[in-house]
Amino acid sequence: MPKTLFEKIWDKHVVKTMEDGPSVLYIDKHLIHEVTSPQAFKGIENRGLKVFRPQQVVATADHNVPTLNQHLPIKDELSRLQVQQLTENCKKHDIVLYGLGHPFQGIVHVIGPELGITQPGMTIVCGDSHTSTHGAFGSIAFGIGTSEVEMVFASQCLLQSKPKLMRINIEGTLDKGIVSKDIILYIIAQITTGGATGYAVEFAGSAIRDLSMEARMTICNMSIEMGARCGLIAPDEKTFEYIKGRQFAPSLQQWDKKLGEWKELYSDESAAFDKELTILAGAIEPMITYGTNPGLGISVNGHIPVTDTIMDEGERRNIVKALEYMGLKSGNSLLGMPVQHVFIGSCTNSRIEDLRLVASVVKGKRKSDHVEVMIVPGSQQVAAQVKAEGLDRIFEAAGFTIRQAGCSACLGMNEDKIPAGEYCISTSNRNFEGRQGAGARTLLASPLTAAAAALTGVVSDVREFIQ
Amino acid sequence: MQPIDIIKSTFVPLPMENIDTDQIIPARFLKATTREGFGKNLFRDWRYENDDESTPRPHFILNNPAYEGQILVAGKNFGCGSSREHAAWSILDYGFRVVVSSFFADIFKNNALNNGVIPVTVSESFLHIILEQPETATLTINLGEQSITIDNTTQKENFEISSYKKTCLLNGYDDIDYLLSLKKEILEFEEARL
Ligand code: SF4
Repeated sequence: MPKTLFEKIWDKHVVKTMEDGPSVLYIDKHLIHEVTSPQAFKGIENRGLKVFRPQQVVATADHNVPTLNQHLPIKDELSRLQVQQLTENCKKHDIVLYGLGHPFQGIVHVIGPELGITQPGMTIVCGDSHTSTHGAFGSIAFGIGTSEVEMVFASQCLLQSKPKLMRINIEGTLDKGIVSKDIILYIIAQITTGGATGYAVEFAGSAIRDLSMEARMTICNMSIEMGARCGLIAPDEKTFEYIKGRQFAPSLQQWDKKLGEWKELYSDESAAFDKELTILAGAIEPMITYGTNPGLGISVNGHIPVTDTIMDEGERRNIVKALEYMGLKSGNSLLGMPVQHVFIGSCTNSRIEDLRLVASVVKGKRKSDHVEVMIVPGSQQVAAQVKAEGLDRIFEAAGFTIRQAGCSACLGMNEDKIPAGEYCISTSNRNFEGRQGAGARTLLASPLTAAAAALTGVVSDVREFIQ
Repeated sequence: MQPIDIIKSTFVPLPMENIDTDQIIPARFLKATTREGFGKNLFRDWRYENDDESTPRPHFILNNPAYEGQILVAGKNFGCGSSREHAAWSILDYGFRVVVSSFFADIFKNNALNNGVIPVTVSESFLHIILEQPETATLTINLGEQSITIDNTTQKENFEISSYKKTCLLNGYDDIDYLLSLKKEILEFEEARL
């Protein structure tokens, strides 16, 4: 029987299926971090258990860490304790930890692929919703809650019901100045934040195949923002090339065998999806959000919807409330609107290619005096690469602040926050009320659009800055 | 986990759509390393003007003494966003055992079930009817029967829940007990993959 990519991986990991119930799914890799793991460690300890397969667990500290002076003790007491707790737990349970100060430390979804831990055909989980990122390699990767972290600690398995399957084909070529972040913001604006709830979404089509691995990660990263259980992309030569030679990639002896398995990972010609849609890449323009969920996005030169014309009452109320929080007006354009902050970072867009894109726009230029620009590399390795390529000099000359690796201003948990009432163009993935700090107003956009705003201090169309 | 079967209670209406877990519990309250005490920070930024709790926002429903109960009724796509289980913990710790909505985000739904909070999915029209009730109205959620009733009316609807999860909730079992009982199968599975 023809199978989808998702089914091929799923079927290989089912230990057992309950009648009229979930399946017991075996998990290959479990990534953990300081915020969602402590209660799970406590849970298994209360049951007198040890972590069942510690060699399949990898830990890092990212959410709650400062991005300045990481060599010093963390100032905030609760944050320090949480990070300490992770260190102790990992030690006690023989789990590899890439903590602060380690050259592999970074945002969990940046380091997994970068170290070659993430591989095609795997099941990967993490107590973080953006685990969907890893699906870019043709794996089933999804976020879980802390109780589920505990389940995986205890048994290396999870109870999961099989999601429905959706395929989104993006066909054709992107115009200049449009990148993968624009594709995914466009899709979410089309299908809304709940549009893929209950589905595993495969991204396919010529525009996806044309993307680099890092750009594909951006797409899968944000598939959770349309409610999807996970996002995935069939692996191809680019995927294999990316993995080859990385720290934890298969050894040379194993490589051919693995490659043989990986090449089988695609949706068969006539495999059935519960839902399928096609999007034309050529129709996508640089995107920006105006509201308080990632589905409230428009093209940068478009207009905020006129709320009076929205028929659905719930949706209208939602948008009215969002505009009130954002201090924006129904029907207006965002172009030319002043912003006070630009945040370039997060597991969506903090990889070396993202930073190269930013550098390509700002090279030899200087930021606007009215805006603070923060660049936060996703990992220590990205930070090292930034230096090696001399991008740091470009950013410094532009007046940007470069921070150390971590989630930073993506979530308003660590010290990096946007002050109440101020606007921030952010390359991250969530614009919820207070996400970047209580009262902060977030406009999600691509690294290119963020770079353009850094130069002008206002919402700008990046296409005017590139030849 | 506390076993749960029938809940009859007044409810707290929160008729907004897309309530995300960053609103349910903002990230700055996720620094604890235990599961307890999250209830006081439930909907923190909607409840208080600032961080010291000195200025409650009078218009927010949790600050209105007329509304209370073990049931939260919210608009569609409840619990979207971050996977933080702290959202479910804070709802439970505040005193809710049931959340009613016309649509739940995936991870939140799982997290709720894993903590003995029942996510009850009702039709859009039934949700509207509930929201039109006076604050003294009570709802009865009967898990065994998989039904939700607006008491003293003829309004009743059935809801879906996986039979496995239902058994867990009725008995207060959790998934880990079950997974641990499968040790042999898991070892055999690993063996076969090598
Ligand atoms: S960068 Fe933001 S979205 Fe990504 S893992 Fe960190 S907090 Fe979550």
